[in-house]
Amino acid sequence: MKKCSLFVLFVFSASLAFAQDAAQLIKKVKAKLELVDNYEATGIMKTDIAFIKAPIGKIKIYFKKPNLFKIKKEGGISLLPKGGLSVNLSSLIASSNYSTIDAGLQDFGSKKLRVIKLLPNEESSDVVISTLYINEKESLIEKAVTTTKENGTYTMIMNYGAYSNYGLPDQVVFEFNTKNYKLPKGITLEFEDNSKPLSAEQVLKNKKGRVEINYKNYIVNKGIPAAIFN
Amino acid sequence: MYSLVQVELYKIFKRPRTYIAFGAVAALIGIIQFGLKLDGKSYLDFMLNDLSSSLEIDGKILNGYLVCYVMLQLLLVHVPLLIALIAADMISGEANMGTLRLLLIKPYSRTTLLLAKFIAATIYTLLLLVWLAILALFGSMLLFGTDDMFLLKTSYVVLLKESDVFWRYIGAFGFAALAMTTVASLGFFLSVFAENSIGPIVATMSVIVFFTILSTLNIPIFNLIKPYLFTTHMIGWKEFFDIKVNASNEAIIGSIQNPEKIIKAALVLFLHTIGFFVATVLVFRKKDILS
Repeated sequence: MKKCSLFVLFVFSASLAFAQDAAQLIKKVKAKLELVDNYEATGIMKTDIAFIKAPIGKIKIYFKKPNLFKIKKEGGISLLPKGGLSVNLSSLIASSNYSTIDAGLQDFGSKKLRVIKLLPNEESSDVVISTLYINEKESLIEKAVTTTKENGTYTMIMNYGAYSNYGLPDQVVFEFNTKNYKLPKGITLEFEDNSKPLSAEQVLKNKKGRVEINYKNYIVNKGIPAAIFN
Repeated sequence: MYSLVQVELYKIFKRPRTYIAFGAVAALIGIIQFGLKLDGKSYLDFMLNDLSSSLEIDGKILNGYLVCYVMLQLLLVHVPLLIALIAADMISGEANMGTLRLLLIKPYSRTTLLLAKFIAATIYTLLLLVWLAILALFGSMLLFGTDDMFLLKTSYVVLLKESDVFWRYIGAFGFAALAMTTVASLGFFLSVFAENSIGPIVATMSVIVFFTILSTLNIPIFNLIKPYLFTTHMIGWKEFFDIKVNASNEAIIGSIQNPEKIIKAALVLFLHTIGFFVATVLVFRKKDILS
């Protein structure tokens, strides 16, 4: 009985220690991200959604604390996944009203990343769960998988370069779910469209979208007018 | 020949009915532009309903390029009917007024006279298209401005860069000119058989309506005859607005998805035009104009 109690105590204290570690790590990541009050960056955005034929577009990205984020295409029409706010990392861990669960280490390419799950404490939060894959050494989030109530599951993969000191990525790959797209021929007036029905594989591919943003020329903490986010 | 064409053009533009087509096109375009200017947002919301549930679309979607495309889709089905008003009257109108015999007294061969009339009918057709382009394209550019072109097709969406759109319109209007010339040649051909204008005008309209319905019906048995109907190929202009993508699904600027479709459609229309004109010449050369 004594042995059993000791074991339970050990498991409890170990998990508490892990939870504290996870919280500490999140704090470190957050501290790094908090070095940035605002930034402006140029970039190139590739949209890869099966039913959208779009060219690569030059974009401008703006961020201002706490969670103002805007992507503007230079003179054109831009397509972003719904809930585009999630494209920025800060908004993922902006609040501190969540519980952390350490899910251990996982291989990610050649790196070993700490997997931490964030569970929002608020019932009203749109986010159900976020899983962060964190490079402990650099305190950088390399991958984030967020499941929301309204907009499905998003995956973000980040690659870092010159601005890793600020926790700002050079590249973000954003993967998300899309709904099937189909407009009646009576609306598009394309009665001549004799396209064959899609295969099951194509239908599945059509439900996945991917947006890749390659950042260039960050201008950090030089101030951004609030009007940009309107 | 030049003076003959001039005379024929004079005859065309002397008739009040010639201006019905120009007036109708202006009125239709004006109404659509007015409607979209006032309530374009509701139209867009309806069109984007499916997409906006998973994507945030930002930018000036309802711009001159999209408005022009919407109008061309609607109008290029009906403009043939306006062309028939003139083209199907070219010979039958003369017969009706009793001027055909007088005309053939001139020291020109029947073929030369027919060619002059056909050129005049083609010029009228082209002018109507230029009028359409001025109002639909340039008018919409002026009213709605320009931006990238966001095109909603039945099973996919095409986003064309602003700088990649104008040349497509030049191509589309060029193609439409060929398609409308085919319609003019059909009307011209049918006008040889009648002694009054109404018959060939109605016949041309009927053929176009009948063939267009067959072309658009998605019933497998009709799919066999569709490639042989010129109306199937008249909508080939839309191909200018479909873009190729590479292996990474990036649109290739300046490309066309199916250029071979455009070439094939243009060839079919050109052959129909030549065929109708040659048939007109063959029939007219043997036509009894004394009775």
